[in-house]
Parts: sequence; C-alpha cells; structure tokens
Amino acid sequence: MSEHESEHILSYGFLAQILGGLVVLTGVTVGVSYIDWGFLNVPIALFVASSKATLVLLFFMHIKFEGMVIKVSFISTMLFLAIMISFTFWDVAFR
Amino acid sequence: METAIDKTGVKIGMWIFLYSEIILFGGLFVLYAVYFHTFPEDFAEGGKELNRIFGTANTLVLLISSFTVAASITAVQRRKKGQAIGFLIFSLLCGLAFLVNKYFEWGAKFHHDLYPNSDLLLDSEPGFNIFFGLYYTITGLHGLHVIIGMVLLSISLGLVIRDKVTDQRYAMLENSGLYWHLVDLIWIYVFPLFYLVL
Repeated sequence: MSEHESEHILSYGFLAQILGGLVVLTGVTVGVSYIDWGFLNVPIALFVASSKATLVLLFFMHIKFEGMVIKVSFISTMLFLAIMISFTFWDVAFR
Repeated sequence: METAIDKTGVKIGMWIFLYSEIILFGGLFVLYAVYFHTFPEDFAEGGKELNRIFGTANTLVLLISSFTVAASITAVQRRKKGQAIGFLIFSLLCGLAFLVNKYFEWGAKFHHDLYPNSDLLLDSEPGFNIFFGLYYTITGLHGLHVIIGMVLLSISLGLVIRDKVTDQRYAMLENSGLYWHLVDLIWIYVFPLFYLVL
C-alpha cells in the first residue's frame, strides 16, 4: 500500500457530530409525519431517509475517503437499484 | 516476516457483497412500493397499528451503535485498545437492545392477532394483510441481519482482545463495521416506510 492512500482517521468529535445530525434528522422525519402533506408524504419521508443514508455512507462507511473503484461501483449499484424500482413501477402504474 | 495485505482489495470484496444485500432488500422495497401504490389506504391503516415510540427508539439505538462501531475503528487506529473494546461491547449491547425491543413489538402484534395467517388478517382487507406480510418479511430479514452483524462484531471484539486486530491490520473489524452500518442503513428506510406512513 502506497503512502498517499494511508488511512484517514476520523476523530470521535467528528463522528459524534454526524451522529448528532442523524438524530436531528430522525426527529425531523418523526415530526413531519404528524402533518398530512397529501401526496408529498412519501417523497418527504424518503428525502429525509436518503439524507440520513448519505451521512451514514459518506462518513460512517467511509465512502468519502475511498478510492474510485468503491465510489464508482457504489454509484453503479444505486443506478441499477433506481432502474429496478422505476421500471417495475412504470409497468405497474400504467397497466 | 512481512506479509503483503491488499487492504483495498479486502474492502472491495466486502462492498461487492454489500451491493448484493442492497439489491436483496431493494427487491423487497419494490414489492412494498407496488402494493403501496395499489392499496394506499390499507397501508396507512396498517401503519397506524405500529408503535412509533418503539420504532423511534430502535432507530436511535441503531444510529448510536453505528457511531460506536465507527468510533471503535478510530480507537484501533489510535492504538487505544481499551476504548475499542468498550465501544464494541456497547455496540453489541445496542444490538441486543434492538432485538429485545423487536421481541416485545412482535409479541404485542401477536397478542392483537396480527401475525401471518391469523384469522383477523385473513378476514381483513387484502392490502392490510399484505402490509403485515411485508412488515414481518422485511423486519424479520432485517432482524436476522442484526443477529449476523452481532456475530461479526463479537468475532472482531475477540480479535481485538487477542491483539489480532491492530492499527496495522484491522480489515476484519472494518468489514464487520461496514456490515453493521448496512443494517443501520436498511433500517433508515424501513422505519419511515412502515411506522410513519399516514
């Protein structure tokens, strides 16, 4: 392993900040669920969930500090998942 | 003697496995999406049966345990063995708390005749039955992942104690951590979809 890719150490304080952000977003998602936003209910819930997922992926799972292989393969998986969900959905929704 | 270890390769292998896990749960979420589209009222009705307090508590337990797992890696990198052991034991206790919570939650549902093939579900609207079918399948499969994650973390804990996981070589701990974060990640989507649908 070459020197420049030596591991990146995340401090406890930084990790605690991420946890704080995740707890706040959990509060947000529970809070907004008491209000009926009509057809926006699910998109809002998924948006907050995806923000939380992004924090976990980037920092707890360290993707932000990984090389191109993991970054690109992860994004490809997400694209595949999006195709899987959206194409199934188009089929069902317009049947 | 110096053995060459491909740290990046070890991690890529774990990620490829995690991608297959993401697609596994993705398939179940597709089912959820399609049935939610067909039976929106029944799903909202089903969601009201689930306890938000339990759901929120379990969300917080998993988030905190994810933090402590990430912190245990920092501790290992800084050669603070005692702290790493403490963080890992705390994470395992969080996993246990999650499962105990889940036990009481499922128990309460069973008590109200809300379990697969119960008379109440068979006689109710099809969407309501499907909602609980998906609830038990997805939270059950997720619970199984929590147990596997706890086994992996316990093995890593043992390796840390026996000095097999050090600041020079901690791939086992790192990959167990990735698995644990994935469990957390899935729960982040399960929680709003089941507990918070209106």
